[in-house]
Amino acid sequence: MHYSALGDRAVLITLGDSIDEATHRRVRAVTARIDAEPPPGFVDRVPAFASVVVHYEPSRVNGVSPSPHDAFVAGLQHILNDIRDDELPPARVVEIPVCYGGDFGPDIDDVARQHTIEPQQVIDIHAAGDYLVYMVGFMPGFAYLGGLSSRIATPRRQTPRTAVPAGTVGIGGEQTGVYPLVSPGGWNLIGRTPLRVFDIARAEPALLVTGDRVRFYPITLDEFRAWTE
Amino acid sequence: MDRSALRVGNALVGNDDTAAALEATLIGPAITFDEPTLIAITGGDLDPTLDGQPAPMWRAFSVPRGATLRFGRPKLGCRAYVAVAGGIDVPLIFGSRSTYLRAQFGGHEGRALRVGDVLRTENPPHLSDHIGQAVRTGHDDGAVAVASWSAGHALRVRYSSEPVVRLIAGAHAELLAAPSRTKLFSAAFSISSSSDRMGYRLEGVELPLRNPVELLSEGVAFGTMQLPPDGMPIVLMADRQTTGGYPRIGEVASVDLPLVAQLKPGDRLRFRPVSVDEAQQAYVMHEQDLAQARVAIALRHPRAKEAQS
Repeated sequence: MHYSALGDRAVLITLGDSIDEATHRRVRAVTARIDAEPPPGFVDRVPAFASVVVHYEPSRVNGVSPSPHDAFVAGLQHILNDIRDDELPPARVVEIPVCYGGDFGPDIDDVARQHTIEPQQVIDIHAAGDYLVYMVGFMPGFAYLGGLSSRIATPRRQTPRTAVPAGTVGIGGEQTGVYPLVSPGGWNLIGRTPLRVFDIARAEPALLVTGDRVRFYPITLDEFRAWTE
Repeated sequence: MDRSALRVGNALVGNDDTAAALEATLIGPAITFDEPTLIAITGGDLDPTLDGQPAPMWRAFSVPRGATLRFGRPKLGCRAYVAVAGGIDVPLIFGSRSTYLRAQFGGHEGRALRVGDVLRTENPPHLSDHIGQAVRTGHDDGAVAVASWSAGHALRVRYSSEPVVRLIAGAHAELLAAPSRTKLFSAAFSISSSSDRMGYRLEGVELPLRNPVELLSEGVAFGTMQLPPDGMPIVLMADRQTTGGYPRIGEVASVDLPLVAQLKPGDRLRFRPVSVDEAQQAYVMHEQDLAQARVAIALRHPRAKEAQS
């Protein structure tokens, strides 16, 4: 565990240097401990693939000697010194219905062609996967999912689209994910979910949070249209 | 964007730090007040006038019913803040009352204000009422009444269209080629026209890395200077994303973020290195100045304390 300053109001805790489940478990364990026992001055935390950034208020840390940074790092070390990752709560499993192909997934034929398989096989392989939310970032509610089969991993498109609709399911390299909001995007679009991926009106606005397990299942266009949450 | 100006404005009208104020960028709005209101204008000088007369800045004043506040051309900086007693009545989302345009939530319906919008204030704290009474004493109801005191110089950031900004070397500064490191702390950068509340793109100086790198995305901060592959740095601002995958070559000292926030496209800036320790000392000093100002304002209006007890 390595602590470094991210400017004068945040600390970066580095927990590894690769995207793997062991590192991910350490990230979750550190995040859970900080949530349970936030040290004085704590403002927010941002877990990522192999690190956690903790934002803090330098004028509210416990003592300013020798510096607020040192005092805050000491506070973090105090709560994290006996951290274990074998007592994490079980991951939630979130099932996401997807209407694959058609207007919602204009790139599914491209993806199939690049792997010399049929579009239906892209759907079968994508829906058979067991995915893990490694981190949430980029835009509100955007979950980076690991676990995509190499049989459908597909490089990003040469020219990004300027507006990808909310709920669109895409493949970008070895990752897959769902666009929570209308945004520009360079991923290959293969379908769309009728679920609201990010909804400010909900108590928990983001459908997916770090550590969730995710499965996709196919629905028809009629089922998509009739979907109510 | 200019958090310091926002907080000073709130302090001047007796609000908490978390009250919502208006941020006017480059071209300010025309605002007609339907009720007598205690306000303060801080931040960049956008030439504010009240019914045609110059309006004070960094000073609380009471606006009579029916008066109209207007802004002219930017004279210094580009963002003015209008704090109103009680704060503007907008929902608290994720602990914030600000507007997030990109995702269309927060603030007033998640969007910039339009002609015809009507804003309401929340109930002012007792301190605001007492400041308002003290300011209006001896003035007619229909007259503008200006406080005899104002924010001290320690609370007014010295804005400039060519500031020198303190920068803490970032995690990946050592990946810069040697000439890039020299240029980072000597050359003048200009603000690109594609800058927005999410990030300021800097032009005019390219900072090549020694070698291209692939990094895992991780958390970023207000003031993080990212370096995309084109070698043109981006300083992340108030509406930044939470994480980023580009090399981080520096973080602007928090106390100097207002200097950056007040720059407009075409303005230039330079950087000088600062340690985390020095940056934090300056930051804590600014916090203490603001806390002392709040105490002084409360002491000046002692009835506020009685009313609260």
